[in-house]
Amino acid sequence: MYAINHHDLGTPASDGAAVTLDIDGQTVTVPSGTSLMRAAALAGTSVPKLCATDTLKAFGSCRLCLVEIEGRRDFPASCTTPVANGMKVRTQSDKLSALRRGVMELYVSDHPLECEACPAKGHCELESMAEVVGVTKSPYNVKGPTHQGAVADTSNPYFNFNADLCIVCSRCVRACNEVQGTFALTVDSRGFASTISASQKESFLASECVSCGACVESCPTAALSEKGLITVGKPEKAVTTTCAYCGVGCSFVAEVKGQQVVRMAPNRDGDANHGHACVKGRFAYGYATHADRITKPMIRAKITDPWQEVSWDIAINHAASEFKRIQSQYGRDSVGGITSSRCTNEEVYLVQKLVRAAFGTNNVDTCARVCHSPTGYGLKATIGESAGTQTFDSVQKSDVIFVIGANPTDGHPVFGSQMKRRLRQGAKLIVADPRAIDLVRTPHVKADYHLPLKPGTNVALLNSMAHVIVTEGLTREFYVESRCDVDSYQRWKAFVAQPSQSPEALEAVTGVPAGDLRAAARLYASGNNGAIYYGLGVTEHSQGTTTVIAIANLAMATGNVGREGVGINPLRGQNNVQGSCDMGSFPHEFPGYQHVSNDKARSSFAAEWGVTLAAEPGLRIPNMFEAALDGSFKGLYVHGEDIAQSDPNTQHVTAALSAMECVVVQDLFLCETAKFAHVFLPGSSFLEKDGTFTNAERRISRVRQAIEPLAGYADWQVTAMLSEALGYSMHYSSPSAIMDEIARLTPTFTDVSYAKLDELGSIQWPCNAEAPNGTPTMHIDEFVIGRGRFFVTEYVATAERVNARFPLLLTTGRILSQYNVGAQTRRTDNVVWHEEDLLEIHPDDAEARGIKHGDWVGVASRAGDTVLRAEVTERVQCGVVYTTFHYPESGANVITTDNSDWATNCPEYKVTAVQVSKVNHPSAWQTRYREFSKETTRVARHTDLATSS
Amino acid sequence: MHAEYLVRMANQIGDFFVPDKGESEAPAAIANHMQRFWERSMRTQLVAHWNAGGAGLSPAAFKAAEIVAAHLAATTPKA
Ligand code: SF4
Ligand code: SF4
Ligand code: SF4
Ligand code: FES
Repeated sequence: MYAINHHDLGTPASDGAAVTLDIDGQTVTVPSGTSLMRAAALAGTSVPKLCATDTLKAFGSCRLCLVEIEGRRDFPASCTTPVANGMKVRTQSDKLSALRRGVMELYVSDHPLECEACPAKGHCELESMAEVVGVTKSPYNVKGPTHQGAVADTSNPYFNFNADLCIVCSRCVRACNEVQGTFALTVDSRGFASTISASQKESFLASECVSCGACVESCPTAALSEKGLITVGKPEKAVTTTCAYCGVGCSFVAEVKGQQVVRMAPNRDGDANHGHACVKGRFAYGYATHADRITKPMIRAKITDPWQEVSWDIAINHAASEFKRIQSQYGRDSVGGITSSRCTNEEVYLVQKLVRAAFGTNNVDTCARVCHSPTGYGLKATIGESAGTQTFDSVQKSDVIFVIGANPTDGHPVFGSQMKRRLRQGAKLIVADPRAIDLVRTPHVKADYHLPLKPGTNVALLNSMAHVIVTEGLTREFYVESRCDVDSYQRWKAFVAQPSQSPEALEAVTGVPAGDLRAAARLYASGNNGAIYYGLGVTEHSQGTTTVIAIANLAMATGNVGREGVGINPLRGQNNVQGSCDMGSFPHEFPGYQHVSNDKARSSFAAEWGVTLAAEPGLRIPNMFEAALDGSFKGLYVHGEDIAQSDPNTQHVTAALSAMECVVVQDLFLCETAKFAHVFLPGSSFLEKDGTFTNAERRISRVRQAIEPLAGYADWQVTAMLSEALGYSMHYSSPSAIMDEIARLTPTFTDVSYAKLDELGSIQWPCNAEAPNGTPTMHIDEFVIGRGRFFVTEYVATAERVNARFPLLLTTGRILSQYNVGAQTRRTDNVVWHEEDLLEIHPDDAEARGIKHGDWVGVASRAGDTVLRAEVTERVQCGVVYTTFHYPESGANVITTDNSDWATNCPEYKVTAVQVSKVNHPSAWQTRYREFSKETTRVARHTDLATSS
Repeated sequence: MHAEYLVRMANQIGDFFVPDKGESEAPAAIANHMQRFWERSMRTQLVAHWNAGGAGLSPAAFKAAEIVAAHLAATTPKA
């Protein structure tokens, strides 16, 4: 069932030439290809329907939507009949009413209209359609068999399937096929016996279902319905907001009752998701009200002391006085702050403002440091803007899709589904990944080329693709000559044309057969619209920035930037990675990527903020750790980020945190970093505040408050209070006023305002005088930088090499049901799909070590060691092992090293040389971790407020 | 900060710019990168290491450190 505020148009939109017809005496003009049903709905007339809905192709099975067309004797279904010029249509007549009533009576004879007791009341289309066609009750004494009493499937933690309420309209089956692309459902049997079946008549939980909820969303009755409707009850209001998980940034309608969310219905008007969602955003919001939420501020003198609950005043003043003490003792630059991509633009903006204006230093960085900082550097250097070039919808015009170092079906599921839709329509697919990710082979999708490269060899792979393209004359010379810097192009061309860059020469490095690589390169360069999608498998390497540059080189050389269907598309991990970067949380840049040394930019910020600002870059996160270890960095304000779990070489990070004198953590939970904190300020979840997020397509969307903040304040208010206590006032009446200030100072945001966001739904920046409604596709006539710049990208092997002691390469990634450090998803029922992090190992490597499926194995690297359970699978290649990093006790980052990208210090998570062996006890680190966690998360039961100030 | 940490980063930057800009222009590009992205105390410590002989620095990174040293001297407020 769709959101309570959705007006369904019955069938999807078309984009053909205009067609004019007459519906019930009204002249209507719509694009050709539009159904009569949709045309009528657009004209304000709803034709009764059951099997049609506007996210699915029309199917024409229920026969409730019959209409009359002048000159025709039959009664065609309006959902499957397209409009035609001059057509005269009637949607109401006595004959039609009688036919519709007859159809409806059949339905309700097997689905009694006992609506008062039904949780879907008010949502159910059968109920509303019965009323529309004048059937008010089910017939008594139904003869023959019915489906009443069928056993419900309650296996999925979030939704139930009640076969007795199913009208076999097959909307769910079509949603699973067309929208999600999982093909988990079928209509089993025929006629009366027909029923909906998950996989081979399995329970939903045991089937291939990925719990995206598309079937639930499309079901017209309560046959498939959210458990929340039963446990919480009927919603009282609907609030349109944005998912707080991944960088797709899906729009949702939060249906709320009191302080509780009843369900999150994907917003069909959402520009990023068009009504689709995944298991995280759709269902895994329970963490927001989980019992582990800390809702009282707390302080302590030492991290081994128990926490003391205190008032907001005491906590804020204590934090401020500590920062002031540290600065007077060790110097202005001995403190800093870290912003989070999980927070809103307005919050990130305020935190960086606090650091620069109230602390008076540029020591502010963001967690994007550890994921997409190479994207910022690489794209700015080549094309001039630190952002993806397209919209998600652009993929619908791609002919060749090249996915490198990304796993869209797990990491960016809603976009993954959209990509699969395009692939089912015939677009070609190249996947470069050490593992056989799902896209390589999934129902009705098969990669044309899977290039299973060795971890850490992206640059060599891209150089050899460039070699083929250049030496076989597949470059677009005219495009390059008219749009790019020709000198740098010629240098690059000469470099990649060298025999040393050929696929044959580099095969030993990449492990990719030269023949496949040549074919893939030809396909990308000559397949018309070629689009590159990449993720952290590109950036999180010592040559992360070089790889981003190599991608840009390839796209420019083949003319694949500046129109729909092509482009360079970084898939951002967390929901607001793009936004946190845009909002100036890098130590060298103000909002809008304006370098701190830029006098004009700096003076405009200084004037607006009323302070003098430093003209030199501050410390980046890894530099802060180094400085803490050498004693010059002592105080840190960590806003919504869990560096102790998410950053590499855990033991190094925790040593640095332990060396600081004041760590202030603002978060929902006592996260790993909070174990090293002296002040804990309770955060607010996305449901509790107003703001905006910016997704991977530069789309700014509103976050709207659905429930009151559990701890009394939204995060932006807490940051403003801390700033005030530090002696620097921030006066904002609401986040909207913060956005107005951002717009005044950021050239790419000049025309952004909450009023405009309300009007347009969402806006893709740049949004300014030249592009008042935003910019879906960038670099159309010229690159932002002017002429696109090429760079020579020499492959340099990482220092992290295998040897006899550490013979395997570990790489890391994420899984669909869990999100990053897992702080949110681990506190939801999503754990039924992923209870622990596993180590994937190839059967040959496992056999050589006597390891069987499910064994505990020790994983040791130069940085540390941990213990995980083994999953023996051919998904990984021989010589490579793989794990996720969603559980802190797995210690995945205990083994990752502090190698990092040359330009940005983005850590090299994706390559660690390890040894794996069978063990039967946890690692020494894990034992220590458990004891330490117990000690550092104690909260004193009886707090004496007077003594804790 | 450990000199070894800074030397490793400086050499890595050189690994990118030497092939792109050539031996002669790379030092300026490396120095410019450090000026734009390295916090002042990191540059100061690198220069101190360079003054002490610059052990471990690649030839291009060594020359870059010299440029950074000159820049630091020119921008340090006189006591
Ligand atoms: S479960 Fe719902 S959507 Fe699926 S066939 Fe039954 S009524 Fe239709
Ligand atoms: S939840 Fe999604 S994957 Fe599962 S059956 Fe429904 S549509 Fe298919
Ligand atoms: S996690 Fe990503 S794909 Fe899933 S609902 Fe949220 S934004 Fe959409
Ligand atoms: S809505 Fe048209 S046939 Fe069902």
